[in-house]
Amino acid sequence: MAVFVPTSLEELLTARAERPGLDLVAGGTDLVVEVNFGRHRLEDVASLSRVPELGGWRREGPAGPGGHLVLGSGLTYTEMLDPTLAELLPSLAQAARTVGSPQIRNAGTLGGNLGTASPAGDTLPVLAALEAEVLLGSAAGTRLVPLGEFVTGPKRTALAPDEVILAARVPVARGHQEFLKVGTRNAMVIAVCSVALVLDEQARQVRVGLGSVGPVPIRALEAERFAAEVVDWSTGRFSGGEADLRRFGELVGAAARPIDDHRSIASYRRRAVEVCARRALERTMSRQAA
Amino acid sequence: MGTAPTVARRDRLGLGTSPLRPDGGPKVRGEFAFSSDLWAEGALWGRVLRSPHASARILRIDTAAARALKGVHAVLTALDVPGSELYGLEFQDQPVFASDVVRYMGEPVAAVAADHPEIARRALELIEVEYEPTAPLVDPEAAITAPPIHPEGNVVRHIRLRHGEDAEPGLPGGDGLVSVEGTYEVGMQDQAFMGPESGLAIPDDGGGVDLYVSTQWLHVDRDQVAACLALPPEKVRLHLAGVGGAFGAREDVSLQVHICLLALSTRRPVKVVYSREESFFGHVHRHPARMWYRHSADPQGRLVKVEARIVLDGGAYSSSSSAVVSNAAAFSSGPYRVPNACVDAYAVRTNNPPCGAMRGFGAVQVCTAYEAQMDKLATALDLDPVELRLRNALASGDRLITGQVINGTAPVAEVIRRCAAAPLPEARPHPPAMALPGGAGRTADPARVRRGVGFAVGFKNLMYSEGFDDSSSARCRIEGGAITVTCAAAEVGQGFVTLVHQIAEDVFGTDGVVLAPAETATVGSAGSTSASRQTWMSGGAVDAACRAARDALCGRVAARHGLSPEMVSMRDGRVVSLGREVDLTLDEALAGDVVDESVTFRHAPTVPLDDKGQGDAHVSFAFAAHRAVVDVDVDLGLVRVVEIATAQDVGRVLHPLQVVGQIEGGIAQGVGLAVMEEILVTDGLVRNPSFTDYLIPTALDMPVVEIAGLVEEPEPGAPFGAKGVGEPPTISSTAAVAAAVRAATGLELPRVPIRPEHIALAAQ
Repeated sequence: MAVFVPTSLEELLTARAERPGLDLVAGGTDLVVEVNFGRHRLEDVASLSRVPELGGWRREGPAGPGGHLVLGSGLTYTEMLDPTLAELLPSLAQAARTVGSPQIRNAGTLGGNLGTASPAGDTLPVLAALEAEVLLGSAAGTRLVPLGEFVTGPKRTALAPDEVILAARVPVARGHQEFLKVGTRNAMVIAVCSVALVLDEQARQVRVGLGSVGPVPIRALEAERFAAEVVDWSTGRFSGGEADLRRFGELVGAAARPIDDHRSIASYRRRAVEVCARRALERTMSRQAA
Repeated sequence: MGTAPTVARRDRLGLGTSPLRPDGGPKVRGEFAFSSDLWAEGALWGRVLRSPHASARILRIDTAAARALKGVHAVLTALDVPGSELYGLEFQDQPVFASDVVRYMGEPVAAVAADHPEIARRALELIEVEYEPTAPLVDPEAAITAPPIHPEGNVVRHIRLRHGEDAEPGLPGGDGLVSVEGTYEVGMQDQAFMGPESGLAIPDDGGGVDLYVSTQWLHVDRDQVAACLALPPEKVRLHLAGVGGAFGAREDVSLQVHICLLALSTRRPVKVVYSREESFFGHVHRHPARMWYRHSADPQGRLVKVEARIVLDGGAYSSSSSAVVSNAAAFSSGPYRVPNACVDAYAVRTNNPPCGAMRGFGAVQVCTAYEAQMDKLATALDLDPVELRLRNALASGDRLITGQVINGTAPVAEVIRRCAAAPLPEARPHPPAMALPGGAGRTADPARVRRGVGFAVGFKNLMYSEGFDDSSSARCRIEGGAITVTCAAAEVGQGFVTLVHQIAEDVFGTDGVVLAPAETATVGSAGSTSASRQTWMSGGAVDAACRAARDALCGRVAARHGLSPEMVSMRDGRVVSLGREVDLTLDEALAGDVVDESVTFRHAPTVPLDDKGQGDAHVSFAFAAHRAVVDVDVDLGLVRVVEIATAQDVGRVLHPLQVVGQIEGGIAQGVGLAVMEEILVTDGLVRNPSFTDYLIPTALDMPVVEIAGLVEEPEPGAPFGAKGVGEPPTISSTAAVAAAVRAATGLELPRVPIRPEHIALAAQ
């Protein structure tokens, strides 16, 4: 077993090209668990923590709509809670806050959440609702893959053996964002289900991402279309009534594809995303008019 | 780094003060050596191969490939056990290694020792075991009559308790009686201690072995290990290593025999540390229970009769099931006066994980049921639930349903009154999201959160029961300038090490006493650190040994100076005569001699329950009341326990801070069982053996604990008048939370842990 500690992206991509499938470890909050359970045997491994190109986040293009935020794959959950970033991507910050304990949030990264691609990955429904793309790099170059194409199944991704996740590229959206996560404990819990809701006032879209209710993060497209009709786009607030909230919840519930497992049962998960979705939409009413 | 004081500033020494734990500083600083931190030069790593099946025949075991792996030093199976093939706490019914059949998922089949834990793991993969899976018996009710899965049969014990003139099944006769009925369930709880099973075994040159291990009872481990190794007990020396919590899970042997076998066969030190996952398979759990109850009362709310049928799932091996079911039966009607009782309680074998001791020991399960029944009865009678409990509260001189008269203190009404009198917490007008049900998940809609209040009372026995010869030994040696106390009582976090110092301070008037390490070679058994017994038993033994040593020393000084013995005493660590004409240091008082006194302490004898479940089976009882306040998100079924108020019968407070610690910790486990903690087992297979999926409360789940009263009525016959305080906090806290959730939702919720779907899907 060899451990590589590349200090530049070039070095990392070279190592990955020479040893396709080389294990990558950033915070290790998923990989080490797999190793400890005997489900993964480490051979050669590269540490990502000293590759400066993978850290932090930056703006790309205009500051407002039309621009993008590029979030390095080494961005930790704790860094997602940084007020400057949290103001731009409140739903991502809310999701990050639900991850593990402070120690885990200090270690775990966005790239790790993407690379593991667990159905319960907390940032994934947010990235889905934000219409994020995943920036992948290899010695041969880079490519941008929409999140929906990047996550191909439970714990399966489109990442090639010689590629590395460089960043998530998120369009800047103006509007209310929400993330709600249900777990059987008040903190430090794997999602039983989660709902991300993003209002894009420019595009006049409501976008909904669902977590832990399907093999991959799910967009509730029909519910999104319905919701766009019950938002007052001059204020960016929900303007319908109780029946609309109920209908929205039902449509979100219908989009879910939950299963029974040791964390919950399908019928509860469907109910819970309904409840969370309507609460998320209702909460846009509390937003100050823009 | 500043240096922390090792002893808190106190204005006096001894019992009733709150000195810091001697091991507290090192634990907080991460410097304390737990059993998993031990190492010896040349040590090998041991690992155990476990059955993936809940029930299977073993057709073949081939260890050749594992033995051939480089770095592997031993591969052992049942064929390599030189002594008894079986071990067990109460009955020897559990194989050291399964050889012909496996009866639960996780049952040990083989063990290896290797140079590195990863090599050991790979060696396990190379052991070929051919299983023929068989249909597991997993329904405890069916187990009562099903074909036996073990030569000893499926029913470990059936207690047929019949008490009073109307003791047979059936509703009592009488005018205006009200009856309520229900069936309740409790899931399988894990003790979830922080420090997984671990130990270090070091062979000696004479065929013996030293085992450093975290356990609750060194001597009973030693006896079981020695029998399996076919060694005389003195060749097996157990030493207490740093224990990271116990809660009953370390009463049974786990790795003790395996590690010693590996060490003796390799002639090398061997270390074993279970992973968290393995720990779930390596120790027993709290018995799941299914309980049918019918309570009958007169129109004034006085209980007339309690009928119950209780089935505890003991899993594949007996562990302490026979004692747990005895408790379940004896305490099945709660701390209430019940003139007539008809209770059938079973502990059965199934192919589910073995269950045994856990904090509360049979009293927890029945409390969730009888307290739910008391609430139902209060509703049926239109009585306040607290008032109903007060009308039936046991008191000293009353008779239990086992026929035993409570001769000690029983301040049941007092704990109920004090707990109920605590002011209710105010609902915050704009609570932060973190304080609402769902916590960090931000799911709550404050308009859909309902508050509920629930009340429960519980009790259990202290010390071992039913005629068990329960004792503790301690030794006090005064030599040179030092006083050394030796006692094999296992410190598992409860604070015995602090208590010993306090006891010795009172006897000698000085805080300089040394507590020797707990081990088996130099002192007799202290009994188990369980059943809330060590303060009474080993505290009593230490007190008696210290007094004997002090009196011996003072007697010698008196004789030397021609004084009568009562003229000489110890003050501030010095030996002084009444008028201080003699005033000696310890060293001077000893005059080159040594004082060494050993004492064995016993509690009052008890008798086994007879064929009607009657008898003076218990020594003493402790009582507690809990009032839970919960907020429930009625749409999502998420619960936030806001506050638990409690009053507890403690006899006498010996260490105020440690009492609070026990109460808070016990409540945490009670809250866990109420709303989240459960080992999920399907067809005998454990589905959540990790802390990712076996959830225990976090700081955000832990309620405010309001100690409304520590009721101090000194217990006659108890050293210092003190009752054990470790278990009562867990007994009725679960029931109180369940009652509060029922109050908030209006749902029956007959099962704990209450899961979100029980609320969210029922509320339709």
